[in-house]
Amino acid sequence: MTDQGMRLELTVNGRRRVATDVPPFASLLSALREHFGLPGAKNACEQGECGSCTVFLDGTPVCSCLVAAGQAEGREVTTVEGLADEAGLSLVQRAFVAAGAVQCGFCTPGFLMAVRDLQSRARGRTIINLDDEEVREALAGNLCRCTGYEKVIDAVRAALAHPTDPQRAVGASG
Amino acid sequence: MTATTSPVSTAVDNGVGGSPLRPDGTLKVTGEFAYSSDLWAEGMLYGATLRSPHPRARILSIDTSAASEIAGVHAVLTSADVPGKKTYGLIVDDCPVLATDEVRYHGEPVAIVAADDLDTARRACKTIVVEYEVLPPISDMRRAAFDPDGPRVHAGRADNIVRYQPVRHGNPADDDVRARAAVVVTREYEVGMQDQAFLGPESGLAIPARDGGVDLHIATQWLHVDQEQMAPCLALPPEKVRLTLAGVGGAFGGREDLSMQIHASMLALRTGRPVKMVYDRKESFFGHVHRHPALMKYTHGADADGRLVFVTAEILLDGGAYASTTEAVVGNAASLGIGPYECDDVLIEAYGLYTNNPPCGAMRGFGAVQACFAYESQMDALAEALGMDPVEIRRLNAVHEGSILPTGQRIEGPAPLREILGALVTMPMPPAPGRSGRSELPPGGYGNTTRGEGVRRGVGYGVGIKNICYSEGFDDFSTARVRLEISGGEPIASVHTAAAEVGQGLVTLQAQIARTELGVDHAVVLPADTAVGSAGSSSASRQSYMTGGAVKTACEAVRAEVLTLAKQKFPALLPTTEAWSQVQLSECALTLHNRPLIKLSDVLGTDTIEATREYHHRRTNPLDPATGQGDSHVQFAMAAHRAVVDVDVELGLVHVVQMDVVQDVGKILNRLSLEGQIQGGTAQGLGLALMEEIQTRDGLVRNPSFTDYLIPTILDMPPLNMRILEFADPDSPYGLRGAGEPPTLSSTPAIVAAVRNACGRDLTRIPLQPHQIALVDDWPASRALGRAFTHRLTPPPRIAARG
Repeated sequence: MTDQGMRLELTVNGRRRVATDVPPFASLLSALREHFGLPGAKNACEQGECGSCTVFLDGTPVCSCLVAAGQAEGREVTTVEGLADEAGLSLVQRAFVAAGAVQCGFCTPGFLMAVRDLQSRARGRTIINLDDEEVREALAGNLCRCTGYEKVIDAVRAALAHPTDPQRAVGASG
Repeated sequence: MTATTSPVSTAVDNGVGGSPLRPDGTLKVTGEFAYSSDLWAEGMLYGATLRSPHPRARILSIDTSAASEIAGVHAVLTSADVPGKKTYGLIVDDCPVLATDEVRYHGEPVAIVAADDLDTARRACKTIVVEYEVLPPISDMRRAAFDPDGPRVHAGRADNIVRYQPVRHGNPADDDVRARAAVVVTREYEVGMQDQAFLGPESGLAIPARDGGVDLHIATQWLHVDQEQMAPCLALPPEKVRLTLAGVGGAFGGREDLSMQIHASMLALRTGRPVKMVYDRKESFFGHVHRHPALMKYTHGADADGRLVFVTAEILLDGGAYASTTEAVVGNAASLGIGPYECDDVLIEAYGLYTNNPPCGAMRGFGAVQACFAYESQMDALAEALGMDPVEIRRLNAVHEGSILPTGQRIEGPAPLREILGALVTMPMPPAPGRSGRSELPPGGYGNTTRGEGVRRGVGYGVGIKNICYSEGFDDFSTARVRLEISGGEPIASVHTAAAEVGQGLVTLQAQIARTELGVDHAVVLPADTAVGSAGSSSASRQSYMTGGAVKTACEAVRAEVLTLAKQKFPALLPTTEAWSQVQLSECALTLHNRPLIKLSDVLGTDTIEATREYHHRRTNPLDPATGQGDSHVQFAMAAHRAVVDVDVELGLVHVVQMDVVQDVGKILNRLSLEGQIQGGTAQGLGLALMEEIQTRDGLVRNPSFTDYLIPTILDMPPLNMRILEFADPDSPYGLRGAGEPPTLSSTPAIVAAVRNACGRDLTRIPLQPHQIALVDDWPASRALGRAFTHRLTPPPRIAARG
């Protein structure tokens, strides 16, 4: 390697982590995948078009392929690996599996992060069931090639029907 | 990674006909599922590919010296370094592993590099000096086909025709036949080049083995056909080329051909270290074959009642630089060229061509998609000429059990097109515009391009017929190894096949079949690899049929051995051989007339029963090369769509309001997975109708990115209502009919028909472009290639901005 690697310190999924030898031109996506051992964010287009690499940077959803790794220095990053906790899968994760929203699954991590964002914005609202168009708008930045999105919407509806009860089980189809 | 037990539930719930959860679902929602691009090995190097910038050029010299000298570079290989055979291919081995003396398409691999990291490998590629003598590309498929003095894509060949397949039935040129036609419609149709656009990029990890062979972890559709093509090029016996399926991020036909399998293996064998290759999105557009673009001229004649009198068609399919599966694609387009309709007098002439355009091969629908757009458009044109209802003309001409296709093949088993259409028309229509109670997005979406002026609603129908399994005499068998043993007091069935789970849910289905056939709660599907026999490809909607059939057959063999064992161990259990013959396995026990006799765990004890079986579908025959006659197909599957669209006829923008689909699947094995196939297939058909096209000019690819190659977003997809019919096929496992492809066929013509209905234009080319739809007659031809407009609905600014 001719380029001097850099030291990168992040709070990833709640834990302070350090990586060394991160190339200075690396994206946050490649830093997470190659240097922090977190391949959950996906490398489908690396152009900000497909949403598969979505992570939270200080609570804001970003396409990690478009963020320079150095821009994330010292900040908080949440990836799909951080969605489940000791209690198990989150409601949204379970809803995606139960509703058939997961086929090849390559887009799934990005969708889950986008839904988590939608969920946090919808929380506390008086309208419990989100309007279909609102859900579609919120997910318009995430491409899926397998499902035709119908079952993604089913999963989101099931998961967001009870925004204040994230651990409540959804009715599984099978 | 695919091996897991199912959550607690009864065998019935999780058996055939149930919708158990995907065994890989949890790993996929936690980010832990290991896709091929996520693999890592100690001491691993990264590979990169240098590709041709020209669609056609002679290679005068390649200088790799500068690349080799870069620190961190471990190997720079060209065609001269290919250890064995220099070419490969699925049907014809005409595709160079690395270009030798000539490049024949934009993006053809020329050299490969292994380095410490991906950036170094890519940088090294850029320092390789290739001297080209650029030649004019052969990019016009009509010229490639019919210009006798034109150049040849492959110098040694007499012409540029990969395959010419006519289908002759009756005498459509006969004057007496033609005189019976009250209306005759002739149209020329064009289909652009569609991309599979699977989200997981091509990737693999090759690990050199101590025995001089290689272990390749790869995302593919058919492990054994990869092995078969790789071994001679690597100069290795097949048993030293071992493949294991890595996590596959979608396929849709695009992983049928090899991409970097040989390249990564060559670099690993040369360096003695593991080598990982991962394409980025741009390289992915160059790294796999696409759907064949088509030019089709159709003439349909019908009598005054609307019955087809004759059909003639000329179908040109652009196969690009190398043969890939063009031969089989031509066979499908020719044999299914008039669709699911009866007609005695038919001439279809289908050509698959070599050009210097990107190579084309398998994509969902495989030759049947292109023809379907044309024949369905023709059915609408006939209906319009006769003043008939578009559904009625389809119903009138529909095939049924016993119908004879133009190939002479008789349709065995149900072919319920009339029932499909009957169900489709009873499905509820959306409320009229402005009456829905909620605001329907206008064409142009949130762009506020209209307040409703110039917006017209249209309705259209489409029907498609697809062959299931491989055709024309090919024996695409599948192999399954099933083992039954007792673990922790519980019977566990494990299923081992080489079948590729590409997202469709085959891994779920294999376990369902084992649970049903062996009456157990726990079934585990082992990782797919070449340690077991071939399963054939995850293509042609065939895996439920073929690998499903293989798992079922192997389970039946295991069951027979269980009964033999029970008879040996407990001869007093039943009095007669006849009684034994009626014993079944259910609820983890041997049962007679639904009453438990003895637990499986008591019969097996510490014994393990294992059986490996091949499953073959019924034999088919090649099409006669001169007449196109022959029983070429195993099974037929049909679907029909209705599309409702709003069209801004001034701006040429389309919003699909609702789609409805009816499909006959013979027997539902897993409703959740099945619905996902129909929904996803519909979406890809919508993409082809409205937005998806790899644009080429003079052989150069102009839009290899998701910025410029559009696939449907969640805003482009309308609500889809579905009805699934079950007319069991007496010949197939459980009566099933392959289901993945038919909805991709019928979705496209239904949408185009709906847009025609709204705007009143002929619309003979897909994907539709706004200038074709809008009332613009003097559109400069040169701008038609540009991207002045897109159909993509633009969402409003996000509350939380993306980075």
